[in-house]
Amino acid sequence: MTESVDYVSLLFVFMLATLIGLGVIRRVSRLLHTPLMSLTNAISAIAVVGAIIVTGEDHPLHIRILGAIALFASMTNIVSGFLITNRMLKMFKREGDRS
Amino acid sequence: MTDVFTQLAYVVATALFIFALHWMNDPKTAARGLKSGVLAMFIGVAATWAQPDLLVNHGWMVVAIVAGFAVGWPLSRVPLTAVPQRTALSHAFGGLAAGLVGTAKFFLWIEEEPQHLTAFNLAAVTIEVILGYLTFTGSLMAAGKLQEIRLIPQRPVTYPLQNVTNIGVLALAFGLGIALVLNPNAEWAGTAFLAIVGLSLIFGVLLIIPIGGADMPTVISILNAYAGLSAVAMGFVLDNKLLITAGALDGSSGLILSIIMCRAMNRSFVNVLFGAFGQAPKAEVSSGEEKTYKSETFEGAAQGLEQANQVVIIPGYGMAVAQAQHKIRELYDQLKKRNITVKFAIHPVAGRMPGHMNVLLAEADIPYTDLVEMDEINPDMPQFDVALVIGANDVVNPAARFQKASPIYGMPIIEADKARTVFAVKRGKNPGFSGIENELYFSDKTWMLFGDAKKVVGELVKNLSGGSGH
Repeated sequence: MTESVDYVSLLFVFMLATLIGLGVIRRVSRLLHTPLMSLTNAISAIAVVGAIIVTGEDHPLHIRILGAIALFASMTNIVSGFLITNRMLKMFKREGDRS
Repeated sequence: MTDVFTQLAYVVATALFIFALHWMNDPKTAARGLKSGVLAMFIGVAATWAQPDLLVNHGWMVVAIVAGFAVGWPLSRVPLTAVPQRTALSHAFGGLAAGLVGTAKFFLWIEEEPQHLTAFNLAAVTIEVILGYLTFTGSLMAAGKLQEIRLIPQRPVTYPLQNVTNIGVLALAFGLGIALVLNPNAEWAGTAFLAIVGLSLIFGVLLIIPIGGADMPTVISILNAYAGLSAVAMGFVLDNKLLITAGALDGSSGLILSIIMCRAMNRSFVNVLFGAFGQAPKAEVSSGEEKTYKSETFEGAAQGLEQANQVVIIPGYGMAVAQAQHKIRELYDQLKKRNITVKFAIHPVAGRMPGHMNVLLAEADIPYTDLVEMDEINPDMPQFDVALVIGANDVVNPAARFQKASPIYGMPIIEADKARTVFAVKRGKNPGFSGIENELYFSDKTWMLFGDAKKVVGELVKNLSGGSGH
């Protein structure tokens, strides 16, 4: 961590990921825009990784508290985001699938 | 962090996230997309946690994770009409997490690791906390408005110099950020940083106060983009590429949804955020002539439906409010039984968030193959014998096509007025949310059915099932 961060490659990753994201999302079925939002919510809760690092490393108490709250918030998004996406996707049925 | 194993795991997780979104392009493969997303999340978290010499406070992490489960599970069980609020709330949590991690990192740097106080890091952390905290309070406000919490005004609140104030608050926050970047080791750095946090929290509230319910689909999408971008900024702060890619996917999703919503309202981003549905709509110049509705009885409307070959149902937010989707499914069944073709015409901004109507109708077991998007169904409108408008208003107002003075002029609408007959279900006789009179209701071929959507549709079903002697 002492060496300086390679900013340019981070910007590169950001640019490419955004372009891929725009390309992929544009093709998402309009029927599924609500589940799409809950799924991307859960996906961006990968921020949990950052919260884990801040909470888990050997830091002073106040830093750890901030990290733990962030960890809690991200975890909430992961759990509720994935579960509600699953609930909604199960509701989309074709004509023949109706019980 | 530079551990090769961890980085490779992040590469795999990123690929799986991209596939997750790719498979959302079709309801048939969407479930696979969800599994891919869950797997990616698991890999990302496991690879991070499996750095034994790095992490020591396992107890803390376990407690936070258990608490997250305890709150997240009930949030996933909310009724589907409450999904917009839940979504706004999860944007708030996402923003909060980004803001807190940024705050923790900043104070860690000034207290213990001054070698990290570089211009780039400070710029990244400033952007992270501004985006994070404004998303936090903004989304909380939006969730509160959607949940109709009494403390938060539902109607747009406007006051003089509102935009100047808002932009001033944001500019002040960014100005302090620039000062920090230029003087990383200043004594006042901590204070300035806390001021940025405070200003961002305030800005989030100010941003949402002037926004009304009809603009919620756009606002939720924009907040979605901000939440994603705050995760990206966190990735820059922590030098973590997985955060950058996942955040960018979320951000681009929010961006595309915002664009779709703005187009569907014929408005620009700037117009939604700083503009004007907030201001009381200018009183329309009434042409003097008294316009009158024609009302229809439930029996008459049921007969009209029964005699049709093709029926299109146009749902709006009123359907969600009245929870009428299950009754509508009964109506759908009654008509299907008579071999009548039934389609649903879905406007992109119907409801309170993107895709809201689709989810509610799917919940009522209506096959998604009968849910048709506005652009696809409009050319077929003249072929429908009956258009049944349920709780939709502005999205079927033909004034958008020809009345240049109307605030909704130019907005793409579902052309219900082109069907042979229109039945419009409406709760009261007042104009809709935006306060604009709906030309459709005064058309020669329109008959009004006044009453709560659920009750009216129930009556139609009763009439159809009672007289099903064919």
